[in-house]
Amino acid sequence: MDEMIRERIKQVKKGDQSAFEDVVSFFQNKIYQHCYRMLGNAHEAEDIAQEAFIRAYVNIHSFDDRRKFSTWLYRIATNLTIDRIRKRKPDHYLDAEVKGTEGLNMYSQLADNGRLPEEEVEGLELQRYIQQEIIQLPPKYRSIIMLRYIEEFSLQEISEILDIPLGTVKTRIHRGREALRKKLRHV
Amino acid sequence: MKCNNEAVELMHKYLDGDITKEQEQTLSQHLESCDACQRHFHELKRTITFIQSAEQIKAPANFTATVMEKLPTEKKRIKYTRWFKAHPMLTAAAIFFVFMLSGMFSVWNQDSELVVSKQEDLVINGDTVIVPQDVTVDGDLLVKNGNLIINGTIDGNVTLINGKLIEEPIEGEGLMASVGEVNGELKHVDQVFEWIWYSIKQLFQSVFAL
Ligand SMILES: [Zn+2]
Repeated sequence: MDEMIRERIKQVKKGDQSAFEDVVSFFQNKIYQHCYRMLGNAHEAEDIAQEAFIRAYVNIHSFDDRRKFSTWLYRIATNLTIDRIRKRKPDHYLDAEVKGTEGLNMYSQLADNGRLPEEEVEGLELQRYIQQEIIQLPPKYRSIIMLRYIEEFSLQEISEILDIPLGTVKTRIHRGREALRKKLRHV
Repeated sequence: MKCNNEAVELMHKYLDGDITKEQEQTLSQHLESCDACQRHFHELKRTITFIQSAEQIKAPANFTATVMEKLPTEKKRIKYTRWFKAHPMLTAAAIFFVFMLSGMFSVWNQDSELVVSKQEDLVINGDTVIVPQDVTVDGDLLVKNGNLIINGTIDGNVTLINGKLIEEPIEGEGLMASVGEVNGELKHVDQVFEWIWYSIKQLFQSVFAL
């Protein structure tokens, strides 16, 4: 897959716009998910994830081929989500938190219909609960926890994505793990 | 060994793969004898498993298509060409100034002699160019500062600059009128500005024919 992406990026740099479609298609779920967990709602997540791909396309010539494209792309996406969070007004922020539970209602309805086996529903509810706990972590811990355990980047890569020293990444991942441990210990 | 500082610190080092052999031994020895730390370590590992099991979120169905639609469409070079085509008057004005600088006006004013692009088989009578009845001009014909009478055939475009096509018989000169045919476009350029416009169009055609 890395080879396919490398090839497509080369084509995009030569001016072949259609080659970018494969890149978007390959990363869309990962980047959207990352934005969703950073922002807590689907509307902003879609907006920012799209913006991330557009910025990547426009600035493709500043991407160094010897590096990992995913790291570069996540960096763009993460910076955009952090900007968006900073620009939020306090009341807007509350709105966003409420919107973040829309999906939860949908799943609760599914459960009410009794279409899913009970265990699976419990699994989904647990996943939703975990999701909510992750979203409630402060952004600087949340981004690292997600990049490490959901997107499976190494600590060194996370330091590159967020442009912060490796030592800071370690301190924050420790605190993030401890915060989540306290929230999830009774589950 | 203090549980909250040292032991927990070692647990996180372990989780990040940063732990040395000696530290790992120290940690496991402590865990064997300390229930609280054992629980803490278990909870940390369980937390990580929980995070990893978080539901996968998928992008909306039309995501890729929407992004592709929003991308800036063309390369710059193509855009410039489009701009010229979309703004012919501005482009013409720009070219007009270039022409002015290159002294086109003086050329126009000084040059009042009869010019014919092709001379073979044509009759020149004063300032009138005649295409005789039995002559076929193969290709475009340009006449500048003179009139034209076509009795034969022209297989191409005719451009008349500062002159006209004589269609009515001229008095006292017998049947002197154009009765032949032009198998192309007939263009009249009588004014300075028309001449400029004609030049610009020619330039455009040569630029965009590339
Ligand atoms: Zn202990």
